Amino acid sequence: MKLDSKIPSGPLAEKWTRHKFNVKLVNPANKRKYEIIVVGTGLAGASAAASLAELGYNVKAFCFQDSPRRAHSIAAQGGINAAKNYQNDGDSVFRLFYDTIKGGDYRSREGNVYRLAEVSVNIIDQCVAQGVPFAREYGGLLANRSFGGAQVSRTFYARGQTGQQLLLGAYSALSRQVANGKVKLYPRTEMMDVVVVDGKARGIITRNLVTGAVESHSAHAVLLCTGGYGNVFFLSTNAMGSNVTAAWRAHKKGAFFSNPCYTQIHPTCIPVSGDHQSKLTLMSESLRNDGRVWVPKTKAIAEKLRKREIAPKGIKEEDRDYYLETKYPSFGNLVPRDVASRNAKYVCDEGRGVNETGEAVFLDFRDAILRDGEDAVRGKYGNLFDMYEKITGENPYKTPMMIYPAVHYTMGGLWVDYNLMTTVPGLYALGEANFSDHGANRLGASALMQGLADGYFVAPYTVGDYLAGLPYDKIPEDHPEFRKAEETVKSRIQQLLGIKGSKTVDHFHKKLGKIMWNHCGMARNAAGLTKAKEMIRTLKEEFWSDVKVLGTGEELNLSLEKAHRVADFLELGELMIDDALHRNESCGGHFRDEYQTPEGEALRDDENFAYVAAWEYLGEGKEEALHKEELVFENVKLTQRSYK
Amino acid sequence: MNLTLKVWRQKNPSDKGGFKTYTISGISSDMSFLEMLDVLNEDLSDKGEDPIHFDHDCREGICGMCSLYINGQPHGPQQTTTCQLHMRSFSDGDTITIEPWRASAFPILKDLVVDRSSFDRIIQAGGYISVNTGGVPDANEIPIPKVISDESFDAATCIGCGACVAACKNASAMLFVSAKISQLALLPQGKVEKRERAEKMVAQMDAEGFGACTNTGACAAECPKEIKLSNIARMNREYFSASLSTENV
Repeated sequence: MKLDSKIPSGPLAEKWTRHKFNVKLVNPANKRKYEIIVVGTGLAGASAAASLAELGYNVKAFCFQDSPRRAHSIAAQGGINAAKNYQNDGDSVFRLFYDTIKGGDYRSREGNVYRLAEVSVNIIDQCVAQGVPFAREYGGLLANRSFGGAQVSRTFYARGQTGQQLLLGAYSALSRQVANGKVKLYPRTEMMDVVVVDGKARGIITRNLVTGAVESHSAHAVLLCTGGYGNVFFLSTNAMGSNVTAAWRAHKKGAFFSNPCYTQIHPTCIPVSGDHQSKLTLMSESLRNDGRVWVPKTKAIAEKLRKREIAPKGIKEEDRDYYLETKYPSFGNLVPRDVASRNAKYVCDEGRGVNETGEAVFLDFRDAILRDGEDAVRGKYGNLFDMYEKITGENPYKTPMMIYPAVHYTMGGLWVDYNLMTTVPGLYALGEANFSDHGANRLGASALMQGLADGYFVAPYTVGDYLAGLPYDKIPEDHPEFRKAEETVKSRIQQLLGIKGSKTVDHFHKKLGKIMWNHCGMARNAAGLTKAKEMIRTLKEEFWSDVKVLGTGEELNLSLEKAHRVADFLELGELMIDDALHRNESCGGHFRDEYQTPEGEALRDDENFAYVAAWEYLGEGKEEALHKEELVFENVKLTQRSYK
Repeated sequence: MNLTLKVWRQKNPSDKGGFKTYTISGISSDMSFLEMLDVLNEDLSDKGEDPIHFDHDCREGICGMCSLYINGQPHGPQQTTTCQLHMRSFSDGDTITIEPWRASAFPILKDLVVDRSSFDRIIQAGGYISVNTGGVPDANEIPIPKVISDESFDAATCIGCGACVAACKNASAMLFVSAKISQLALLPQGKVEKRERAEKMVAQMDAEGFGACTNTGACAAECPKEIKLSNIARMNREYFSASLSTENV
């Protein structure tokens, strides 16, 4: 199968405008004859469901949480980028496009990224109209800040809880459509499979998480807005329930999975404190605007710190190594996430980590407090400092924060074309669930932008284009394909309940996480990956013969829910390793020890790897087939990323 | 530390339910309260007992999914969400009582899990500004004084967890409802519909069976996001002015 990205022809800046004119339209009176399923109610899902319903389509929206407002987009802290150039500091659509392509280490599509930058300005207008209380200046206009790796101030924010405010905005738009009768909500409902009839996605199978009922839902199109797969690492900044199940089941029904090895390790998270840890907490990287990252210059001093023989404050200026500022003078503490994370790993590997586990570096606000005063620092970061204190029991106004990288975002995801359609016609993937815009590394404040761009401004056009060519008839929910899919889901539930093994689901999940973190985390190499693949295969066999899932399928059953998700993570883990192993280069979040510059930076191989890897599922126990979508760069020159 | 836990167990909505006592040892003070329950659940699963069901998701204090009425206080002794409550707030040998939110508008589904969809229905009744996607003015077209924007923001930080309802002896949802009404009524964009919004949301709140407000302030005292009681005053003002005016202008 040849992958067709369907990027419109013509100059970069005109592609989206031309495409919008060329897409087929559905007559307003006919829109009500179409049914659309939206799975997931985060930024992408809620905005898509609301916008499609406003156009007149009938929408069914599904989420596994108890309310659409809980989706994990809510936890995004820092902000959302938009090329408004309100600050008159030289920003433009092209600059945002360029920064995003470069930040993604030249592994994303020009056409998609340009469109993202283009519609970014509309997102801000939309959110303000909905009542999202973005930060403002005293003159009453919107405030901006510079954020993770950008040299212009284009980030809009709502204190340290931008994701919450944007999601509540999208949730309110969604709620309005529920009241209008255009959206039907299905909370506490998990998607278990996609139903494909005559080569087209025509519905989904769900499990009601309260009653356990397995149900069929027929539709004309299915949109997966189900987020990323960071929880494959067990410990991540994702919510406990975040999972790959919807995307993975779609993958097994024919949707190609792209670049699964591109995972983002976020540099500013609260370090792990012990084996009981269930998740990691991110501290917004906006903190790096004023906080300075450092470790002691010598191992000896670090050891004293770890034994608590000296306090951080007692370390003299000349004994501190502000390693990002020294190594990257022009970007300093604001280098992109992958660079900041990798350097934290290096200094800790050298034995200069600052907490008991040796896996932490300082993020110090001493100088910002001296310069601007404690009140100013509190005004900018108050809620983040409070959160830090609640979790660690330490006061960051008095002693430097400790941070360490943690899994945060996954750039890989379902392969989609320019219309956000997967390789299964009628099946779309939006937001973090797709692979399309961030290449090998996502820049800060770009995830919120992409989720809302896809949902508010892309899918409403492109889904209509597909539906316009489709008859109104719905496939009945007792169609053999629905029956068959339901049976498969039910038998898998019975299989999981029937194993009655000796180890809990979390036991397997934690083991998988450790394998992934050690061998497919911040740095990877061929030997480690090969070993990890074997380990995962063994673990998978153990899981299917020895997992213990208590209770029944006909009730609220948390261990059954988890078992489904972990079973899919085990399969995904293996694909991530295949992908990491085949990509013999380093780029963005994918760092292979074998491929680095003499200075230890990622060394790309543009000649052989400037493509999107798209994996095709070929059946149980079979190796997946690799397809390549060559990336064409007409508007930017590929250079070695440098933040010196 | 070693602890005794008295936990509400209830198989399903129709089951009568009751307390069950568990002892747990080796708990570190760095654990979060939910991680302590994770440890207990792993123990229970190992013994073949059904784990305790409780709602939780982000575990960073923002999604509003976790609940738990701990020793008579929603989200426990600290003014934070249960997921951000750490075991350093307790001492070795403590007995901790854990119950679900108690309110007829929040029916119990299983153990500590309750159904809060009544909150969603209140928002659906009017907790929004009626704009469609596209065709909106430039974001900087309407300047909003920083103080007004900040006050609106304070109200907008509500996470919809339901602690206010659980804290209230009447199971009133006034703090939750007033936070949304305030956020939108303060902003020029939201002023257009403010009276209709107040009327509809209050009507839905009553229909869901939430109790009346008697101004004891327990809700604001327990709110993990420090939503202010003054929002309720603003909501009452909007509601009364709506009912006094003949049309929504």
